[in-house]
Amino acid sequence: MGSIVLDKVQKKFGDVEVIPPLDLEINDGEFVVFVGPSGCGKSTLLRMIAGLEDLTAGKVNIDDKDVTEVSPAKRGLSMVFQSYALYPHMTVRKNIAFPMRMAKIPQDVQDAKIEAAAKSLNLADYLDRKPGQLSGGQRQRVAIGRAIVREPSAFLFDEPLSNLDAALRVGMRLEIMELHTKLKTTMIYVTHDQVEAMTMADKIVVLQAGVIEQVGSPLELYHTPRNKFVAGFIGSPKMNLIEGEEAAKHDATTIGIRPEHVSVSKTEGTWKGTVGVAEHLGSDTFIHVHNTGLDTGEGDLFTVRISGDIAVSHGDTVYLTPDMDQLHRFDAQGLRIA
Amino acid sequence: MAIVAKTSRFSKIAWPTLAWVVALIFFFPIFYMILTSFKTDADAVKAEHVFFFTPTLENYANMSDNYDYWRFATNSVITSVFATLFALIVGVPCAYAMAFNPSRGTKDILMWMLSTKMLPAAAVLYPMTFLTKNVFNVFDTHFLVIFVLCLINLPIVVWMLFTYFKDIPKDIIEAGKMDGLTTWGEVKEILIPLAWGGIVSTALLTFIFCWNEAYWTVRLTTIDAATLSKLIEGNRAPEGLFFGRLSAVSTAAVGPIIVLGWFCQKQLVSGLTFGAVK
Repeated sequence: MGSIVLDKVQKKFGDVEVIPPLDLEINDGEFVVFVGPSGCGKSTLLRMIAGLEDLTAGKVNIDDKDVTEVSPAKRGLSMVFQSYALYPHMTVRKNIAFPMRMAKIPQDVQDAKIEAAAKSLNLADYLDRKPGQLSGGQRQRVAIGRAIVREPSAFLFDEPLSNLDAALRVGMRLEIMELHTKLKTTMIYVTHDQVEAMTMADKIVVLQAGVIEQVGSPLELYHTPRNKFVAGFIGSPKMNLIEGEEAAKHDATTIGIRPEHVSVSKTEGTWKGTVGVAEHLGSDTFIHVHNTGLDTGEGDLFTVRISGDIAVSHGDTVYLTPDMDQLHRFDAQGLRIA
Repeated sequence: MAIVAKTSRFSKIAWPTLAWVVALIFFFPIFYMILTSFKTDADAVKAEHVFFFTPTLENYANMSDNYDYWRFATNSVITSVFATLFALIVGVPCAYAMAFNPSRGTKDILMWMLSTKMLPAAAVLYPMTFLTKNVFNVFDTHFLVIFVLCLINLPIVVWMLFTYFKDIPKDIIEAGKMDGLTTWGEVKEILIPLAWGGIVSTALLTFIFCWNEAYWTVRLTTIDAATLSKLIEGNRAPEGLFFGRLSAVSTAAVGPIIVLGWFCQKQLVSGLTFGAVK
């Protein structure tokens, strides 16, 4: 079991309120991702669930039990840190065994669990090495191994992939997702990377300045962002947000159109602009268009994503046609107009 | 190019030479002390025998008879060891608390600790002597010497340990918390093993400070708890100028600590530079 309920939790550092009272429900077995720009309070929130950070007010319930005053170890949660936080003076085997040793689990049970964890995480050959002799990816797997053997009711991941290089990150992402499918344990995962959030989550919690902007499945957030912030944050490249006259035509203060919902032509279309930079990825092309005459805010930039390749170069004139069914409309408060 | 090569050849010779000169200047008093310890008391005061004389081991042979060296040496060992031990027992938890659970006052407390070193010892000489002699009745006891040595070194101990502990990533301590460590467990399982080098450096340095301490050990003891500092100090003038004997006893007093320092050079240097050399 691993359902977690946050009941009006609040955090202040001195006079600064980093998390205003906040409610959140996490169901057993869910993969929940906290995502937001740096400094949005997502790590603090995770640490409050872990018990590493005191609450200024509110309650944390795990499996219907109030654990607000319970010490981190007794909450039955495992945490994987961004820095891995392995014990540098212990071998991999001892690192993984550590939480079991603390819980006074019999040695033979410990050994069996270490073997099993090492096998599933491809660490069998490294058990007698120290963390300093391992690569970043291996270290992170040891950290995960240490988390698994406790059989926690929920895993907490604090930006676990941020210190890995890009290729390794994709691999570890898959491993963590497979782990979730296999264990079916609740996982809370903190990241600033919306791609990680989109690919891994059952449920995404978008945070900004300690406030939950939206909670929903990845596709809900993609298709029906509740406000301008979520619209701009989820999706890559970012949604084009247009204000002014063009928005007013659609009875909105701001309209948004995702780069992938705009078609490009060299001869005709709704809007006209000049090509700035074109990024050719092979499978896709991102074209950054200037001088569209649209109020797209600072930088006068409109981004288009088309699949496949298109022969455009710097300075070319292109015509853009948005898919009107995919248009998002926001009011003066930045909230979505249904 | 030629100029660069010339300069570097010059500095290759100049700097080591300078280093040697400085080292020799610093070492000279010690050298002279050791030299004098092999002279007779008569030779020791004569200018023509500064470097040329007939060496003798008499001063060393008579040391136990003349000065009861071993009693003073034992006192030095006992007081230095226990003062260092107690300073660590108090200092480790203290530095741990300040490094990992700092509060608003932590910086001020550290500064205050350091400021106690700014107080001239002489300023509290009278109250210390009066209180220990007439009120608490602990004058000239091992307890008093250990207590005082421990206290005067605590600021340094806490500062050094604090600096080492600060280098340990907080995440590791927190991982320990998640894994079920108690506070004592964190200290025992994580802090001490990870900061072991730093703790050893601190202990060594504190031991040396305790051993060399003279101001208080001389003034708060007479016989029972008197250390080697007292032995040297106490034999200065009243018996006349027995420089040969005095040098022998001084050599015997600083010998152990010089040997200790020699063997622990590396540890001490990294300790004194607060981990900058690694």
